[in-house]
Amino acid sequence: MALIRQTSPHTRGAETTSRVMQLVMLAALPGLLVTTAMFGWGTFINLIWISLIAVGSEALVARLRKRPVAFYLRDYSALVTAVLLALALPPLAPWWLTLIGTAFAIIVAKHLYGGLGQNPFNPAMVGYVLLLISFPADMVNWLPAAGTPGYETLSFGQSLQAIFPFLGGNLDYDAITMATALDVVRENSSLTWSELQATNAALGGTFAGKGWEWVNIAYLAGGLFLLYRKVFTWHAPVGMLGALIVMSLVFKNGSGSDTHGTVLFHLLSGATMLGAFFIVTDPVSGATSNRGRLIFGAGVGILVYVIRAWGGYPDAVAFAVLLMNMAAPTIDYYTQPRTYGHKKPRKGLAKPEDR
Amino acid sequence: MSRQIHAFPGGVHPPENKDQSSHNPIALPPLPAELTLPLNQHSGAPAKPVVSVGDKVLKGQLLAKANGFVSAPVHAPTSGTITAIEVCPVPHPSGLEEPCIILQSDGEDRWAELEPVTDYTAAAKDLLLQKIHDAGVVGLGGAGFPAAVKMASRTEDKIHTVVVNGAECEPYITADDRLMRERADKIVGGILILRHLLNPKEIIIGIEDNKPEAVDAMRAACKGKNIEVAVVPTRYPSGDAQRLIYLLTGKEVPNDARSVDIGILCYNVGTLAAVHDAIVEGKPLISRITTLTGEALKQPQNVEALIGTPADHLLEFSGLKKRKLHSLVLGGPMMGHTLERTDMPVLKTTNCLIAATWEEFPPAPTPQECIRCGLCSEACPVSLLPQQLYWHSKAENHDQLNHHNLFDCIECGACAYVCPSAIPLVQYYRASKGEIRQLQAKQQKAEYSKKRFEDRQARLEAEKAAREAKRKANAERAAQLKKEKAAAAANPAAAKPEDSAKADEVKAALARATARKATEGKAGRPQLSAKQKELKIQLSMVKAQLKKSERALADAKGSEETNAQLQTNIDKLKAQVATLEKEFEQAAQAPVAAAPEQPAKKAKPVLNEQQKKLKIESAMARAAVKKAQRALDEAGKSAANIDELKQTLQQAQTKADELEAAMKAAADAPAPEPAADKPVKKPKPALSDAQKKLKIEAAMARAAVKKAQRALDEAGDTPELKQALQQAQEKAAEVEAAMQAAAEAPEPAPAEEKPARKAKPVLSDAQKKLKIEAAMARAAVKKAQRALDEAGDDPELKQALQQAQAKAAELEAAMQAAAEAPAPEPEPTPAPAAEKPARKAKPVLSDEQKKLKIEAAMARAAVKKAQRALDDAGEDAANIDELKQTLQQAQAAADAAAEALDKASA
Ligand code: SF4
Ligand code: SF4
Repeated sequence: MALIRQTSPHTRGAETTSRVMQLVMLAALPGLLVTTAMFGWGTFINLIWISLIAVGSEALVARLRKRPVAFYLRDYSALVTAVLLALALPPLAPWWLTLIGTAFAIIVAKHLYGGLGQNPFNPAMVGYVLLLISFPADMVNWLPAAGTPGYETLSFGQSLQAIFPFLGGNLDYDAITMATALDVVRENSSLTWSELQATNAALGGTFAGKGWEWVNIAYLAGGLFLLYRKVFTWHAPVGMLGALIVMSLVFKNGSGSDTHGTVLFHLLSGATMLGAFFIVTDPVSGATSNRGRLIFGAGVGILVYVIRAWGGYPDAVAFAVLLMNMAAPTIDYYTQPRTYGHKKPRKGLAKPEDR
Repeated sequence: MSRQIHAFPGGVHPPENKDQSSHNPIALPPLPAELTLPLNQHSGAPAKPVVSVGDKVLKGQLLAKANGFVSAPVHAPTSGTITAIEVCPVPHPSGLEEPCIILQSDGEDRWAELEPVTDYTAAAKDLLLQKIHDAGVVGLGGAGFPAAVKMASRTEDKIHTVVVNGAECEPYITADDRLMRERADKIVGGILILRHLLNPKEIIIGIEDNKPEAVDAMRAACKGKNIEVAVVPTRYPSGDAQRLIYLLTGKEVPNDARSVDIGILCYNVGTLAAVHDAIVEGKPLISRITTLTGEALKQPQNVEALIGTPADHLLEFSGLKKRKLHSLVLGGPMMGHTLERTDMPVLKTTNCLIAATWEEFPPAPTPQECIRCGLCSEACPVSLLPQQLYWHSKAENHDQLNHHNLFDCIECGACAYVCPSAIPLVQYYRASKGEIRQLQAKQQKAEYSKKRFEDRQARLEAEKAAREAKRKANAERAAQLKKEKAAAAANPAAAKPEDSAKADEVKAALARATARKATEGKAGRPQLSAKQKELKIQLSMVKAQLKKSERALADAKGSEETNAQLQTNIDKLKAQVATLEKEFEQAAQAPVAAAPEQPAKKAKPVLNEQQKKLKIESAMARAAVKKAQRALDEAGKSAANIDELKQTLQQAQTKADELEAAMKAAADAPAPEPAADKPVKKPKPALSDAQKKLKIEAAMARAAVKKAQRALDEAGDTPELKQALQQAQEKAAEVEAAMQAAAEAPEPAPAEEKPARKAKPVLSDAQKKLKIEAAMARAAVKKAQRALDEAGDDPELKQALQQAQAKAAELEAAMQAAAEAPAPEPEPTPAPAAEKPARKAKPVLSDEQKKLKIEAAMARAAVKKAQRALDDAGEDAANIDELKQTLQQAQAAADAAAEALDKASA
């Protein structure tokens, strides 16, 4: 009878990395459903397509790095990246666009930096920004939400044809796409907030843009579920949303024609909630201590607002997250918690007197 | 009133698994036949045995006494006979072996006479403390820190709070739970004694809320005694002393202090019950409550186990299902460690044994990458960032690890428990801590030796200055004398002072000579003592072996079996390296026993060293036996090897026996130099050096034997190899015989009063030289042999071998001759008698002579070598001229040296 030798602890909690990832995907489901309901099947089709690319890329890299492929795929991290990318991209993003973005995200942004756990930048956001910079025109092809007068939600077949044009069909993009509410507000220089709300097709009759507010609320719900399941702590989302609220209060600029939009408008439009609960909470590329995450989230919130209000891009979550990713190691250095028995927390780089 | 509970950060809530064992009352297992009592069951120095093999002892009798301040004695848990005091495997995470006392029970369980304190309130506090200490009471909850030491560490009014730890937060363990339920009065009795001793303001018992029965029992026992029972929420690791202190008082123990420094003492409930027993019943700590649980047991329960009871005895008692047993954990599932064998003894600190099935504690899954999810830092009770520690630990970035307070990690395992990527975080931290500690120790040592070097330098300088001053003074005095002489010549009546002045001068000269000798002795010493050297040699040998084995492992594409064997070898060797290193360090730290004024002391340590050596060797031999046995076991049905292995085993065993006998003899034999007060120290070290050398050689020879054997085993049957083996064996035997002879030979220079001994060191130098040469020659033989083995049958090589062998024989003969020859310097001995200043020139001259002689010898050796080379080269004409030249040169050198020598002695 050979007794095995093992180090403590001998029992383990039930949580596994794969389960964490599965929960994240589960929590994204409401957002996906609402997006599909509002903007047609495009996002759904994209999700499938992008997942295939992501898994394929992951397997390819694992093969190239001579690692066990199945072991790599089992952590589901590639799928999570795929989901985030699919949700962030416009519903009718053509197949080649997503192919480039996804492959870049997995192969370059994730694996060239050493793979899961080593990547300093959020892979999905890197892929997104690459596309935004390289193919800006294709990245603003957002559809009007269901119920917008004069537009019809695309059918499954139409969406499929839009994404894979070689399947036939001839969609007139200009006829079916529309600027998002965020765009509208940014470009607006003549109408007051109430006039915008009354007349604009994207913003009409809502506080944050047709369809978008429901999508955001769906993400919020998913995020609260993850919080409840202790997949992440409240710090990063609260930091980001809190900073966004403060910024939009301070810099609202009245409700005239130079307005930057109301607090609710910023909270519930664009990728705000997706970012707050699914992107700034990415543990790998974020700050690591609770205090650090609060700061990290707040930084993202501030940058999102700054870019939305004064920057050159309609939405800003991706840029803001990447910028803060760069700051994360520094934040980590200065936000070590105070260890039990120590008078004050350690700060900065290692010093000789530490020992 | 209800106490405010201060929640600590982090913590986890693993499945409790306490129900299995908590419902049965504490049982009393039958008396085991044999008990193994490690001398080190506590933190601090191991106890010192006060009994010897064969002694009959009574239950509760002292077996080993505390060795120093932080230490604890060991008592007999039952009556019986001491059958051995030897190193045995002890339940330690590293699988260490430690000295233990083996007690064979006589089945009578007869108590020694106990001395209870009838009224402790009337007894002196010092006496009570001493009594607790003498009863061997140590902290039963964890590290086993001697209880009395903790009590005595601060004066009574400094401790304002005593926290009694009944939290028992680890899953599975219910020992304290049962103790509190069944023996609450004993615990309270202990608490009252503690109150009497320390007079604290507050006494709080902390119990987790998953033990309501224990809470009730303790509350009932504490009624009216002003002891508070506080219930704390169930959350691992609330039973950690500092966690519990924080829970109950909200106070943190600063990281550079201990809890006593903030006026708080924490005791485990079991410890207090033991304190009660020690004072009120006079019983030493000889048993403890241990939880036996796990799915591989039919009846999980708590038992009152005698210290030293083998675990399998207890497991058997609880109905062990042998086939289902997959791992045996000592302690809880969070911080306990696995045991690789079931015959380990229960220690004073053994609170739980979990006989787990495969399903219960499955092997850890392959760790995935850290996703920096932060669950670990959420769980860490001391607010560390385990993910960062892991990161830096992998990178071996010690500065960052210190910066992230690695050493505040209590290794509770909460982080590893929650880690979704199943990273064995605690393992990383332990390894890093070990590395850092080792580095620090090394650094300290380097600094120490640097300081020593500088001190020595300063000392030498000072001595030089003193000498210079003395010389000046002498010169002045001489001048004065001259003057006086002149005056005396002028005035013949004053002839007397001159004589006395001369005498003075002689005395001064003598003093200088002794001073020089002293400094020489000192200067030579501090470098490395003989033992250190020894150890160093052994260390390097073992290290070399280790490297070789490792390389072999790397190369080996062979069967898995060989690999496994090599791996075990490597592990073994590693362990050996570690012990040797430790020993070396100890030797380095030991004060150098070279006090030149007290020659009497000299004889003793030498003897001791020898004994030690023998001990080490016998341990090695035993290890060999074990190894062989294991190999035999492994070989199993592979019949081809069995006979051979058996033989090896037998040989090893006889060897071990032999060595043991030798050791005994050495221990029993009267000191070979009982005339301790005479200044005989000089010849002795030389002799023992020789013996040591022989021993080393013997060890080397034996190693060679072993190696050959191993090679043989691996290679199957090759006649050539067998021959080599035989030769090596013969060699070993030879060397051993030599050793024996050397050990038994009477002192070659027993006439110690006569100044003749001065000649001795010279002689022994020559002998040494010869010996070294002999060793070299033998090494050459071996090498040649090996080469031969490798190369197959090469006539040239064979010839070389023969030559080398001849050489070795020659040298050995020379050595023998040298040993037997009378002192080679028959010239009138330089008696140190001090009357005639004319002698002063002599010792200097003889030093020179020595040098010359050595040079001459070397030159001659060179000649020989050259000649040999010439012979070897044979027809290879290209080299011949060159060699001839060399030879000539060497001869010239030899002649010159001889001439110089003649001149010098003339
Ligand atoms: S719990 Fe494990 S995976 Fe998560 S941060 Fe800590 S070490 Fe990394
Ligand atoms: S093992 Fe160390 S790092 Fe991990 S939770 Fe415990 S104290 Fe914190």
